[in-house]
Amino acid sequence: MTHLKTKHRLATDKAMLWMVCLFAALTAVPLLAILGEVLLRGYDQLSWSFFTEPTPTAYRAMKAIEAGDPIPGGIANGIIGTMIMLGMAAIVAVPTGILCGAFLAENPKRRFSQTVSYLTDLLQGTPSVIIGIVTYVWIVVPMRGYSAIAGSVALFIMMLPLVIRSTEETLKILPTSLKEAGLALGSNRARVMLKVQLPAAFGGIFTGVLLAISRVIGETAPLMFTALGCSFIRFAIDKPISAVPLLIWEFFNDPNLQELIWGASLFLLLFVLILNLTAKYLAKKWNQ
Amino acid sequence: MNDKLYKAILFIAAMVMPIVCGGVVYALVTDAHSAFEHFGFLRFLTSSEWSYTEGAEQYGALPFITGTLMTTALALVFCIPFSLPVALFVGEYFKGTKVASVLGTVTDLLAGIPSIIYGLWGFYTLRPLIMALGISSQGSGILTASVVLAIMIVPYAASLSAEFIKMVPNDLKEGAYSLGATRAEVIRKVVYPVAGSGIFSSYVLAIGRALGETMTVTMLIGNTNNIPESITSTGNSMASIIANQFGEASDLRFSSLIAIGLVLFLITAIINMIGKMMIKRARIS
Repeated sequence: MTHLKTKHRLATDKAMLWMVCLFAALTAVPLLAILGEVLLRGYDQLSWSFFTEPTPTAYRAMKAIEAGDPIPGGIANGIIGTMIMLGMAAIVAVPTGILCGAFLAENPKRRFSQTVSYLTDLLQGTPSVIIGIVTYVWIVVPMRGYSAIAGSVALFIMMLPLVIRSTEETLKILPTSLKEAGLALGSNRARVMLKVQLPAAFGGIFTGVLLAISRVIGETAPLMFTALGCSFIRFAIDKPISAVPLLIWEFFNDPNLQELIWGASLFLLLFVLILNLTAKYLAKKWNQ
Repeated sequence: MNDKLYKAILFIAAMVMPIVCGGVVYALVTDAHSAFEHFGFLRFLTSSEWSYTEGAEQYGALPFITGTLMTTALALVFCIPFSLPVALFVGEYFKGTKVASVLGTVTDLLAGIPSIIYGLWGFYTLRPLIMALGISSQGSGILTASVVLAIMIVPYAASLSAEFIKMVPNDLKEGAYSLGATRAEVIRKVVYPVAGSGIFSSYVLAIGRALGETMTVTMLIGNTNNIPESITSTGNSMASIIANQFGEASDLRFSSLIAIGLVLFLITAIINMIGKMMIKRARIS
């Protein structure tokens, strides 16, 4: 009887191990499936002209489909739009985020810091579509039109909490002796922060910024109501502009352009995955 | 640069946060005001009509609140059987090994995939599959959206749960082993009771993610403005109705959409706050 019971317990133990392994392995399936599908359907669309030419009009695409040709054009307007908006957002969000993170790390006990810290969590958890409609109310309505500026404000709001968090956390795990040594040498706090703490924390902050960029680069919802989209290459920041995820959304909704979905998705997916892997690699390297 | 100036600069940078958050709330409240005033706060939340025929406009948020709650709840149900094994795999069975770090990387990458690509995958791969299985004739609906949502939140729930499972003290586990417990029994009787509140809080945060997910749901839920009758019927979530109609809306419909945005903002804020508080408490104990 006891022998049977032991056998049963051991069998349950084994079964549990196998179940855990099986289900854990199953989680890798979606990643492979998504990567595989986007790769297989998108790789033959990637060509030089895909990156240098703007989106074709639906009419041109329809003609090409009727003639049996591949759809002309590419996603250059989206790539340039994404770069412009992401660049503008990062130029403001990175310094502001680092300074705000430094404030939180310097005054951890203050009431105000706790409020700011709480608000950072709040903003980080806010759905991106809400950031989109708020930016619409803030920027698009007063400016009487969609613009690259509005798009970059939305991306700025999304990036800010991520940069703040990574800066704060990296600064907090630095040994206090580092800061004390700097202060003991007679430097003031600003000098110690600029010359000792921030350089020492550079790795963590840089990875944080990379992750923040990879997080917002694929955001579609906040750009739909702010940047709107534009079918030709444009550099003006006060006019509607396109972005890669916006183009994917446009292609998804336009039957004539549907073939372009996969090339654009492949580009976006590879970009995001490479950014993620780089950030992970750098984090590991700098932690050693 | 003297200390005073330095402190002032840091303080000004930190002020950005209250200003931005205050601005978000202010913009939502002022623009949602006219919808609440026109329909009444409670009636807006409990009315299920959404019609924009001019003159007889009726807007109620109930179908979308139901849609959001259904997709989120269902996504959570699908998420648990996968995220829990991943957390155990990474945090207990293969803690610190190469396999665990590979699986960790895989889940990190899953978390990084843009939601529009999840939507595409759901639309072009999962939807035909669901139609082929005869689960629903049009393919899109609450169920399709929830399955993809579940895949999207598995990484969040798993990595946070794993963190708490890793923190279970070794001497507790060793005590159980020395009494002759098997690993499965140790997990059930020691790891879960100790790490349970942390694991629970990681699911609360995963719910917070799922509530506001926009593009995936918009592409898969079917976009009809009715209260979904079953899990295979179509509907709309709070985020997807905004994504669908905000661009063309004006006046009362615009205000109603912002009001839905405000409600969504409040729900996610509360859920996230509860999750964060629980995590803080679980970390201390």
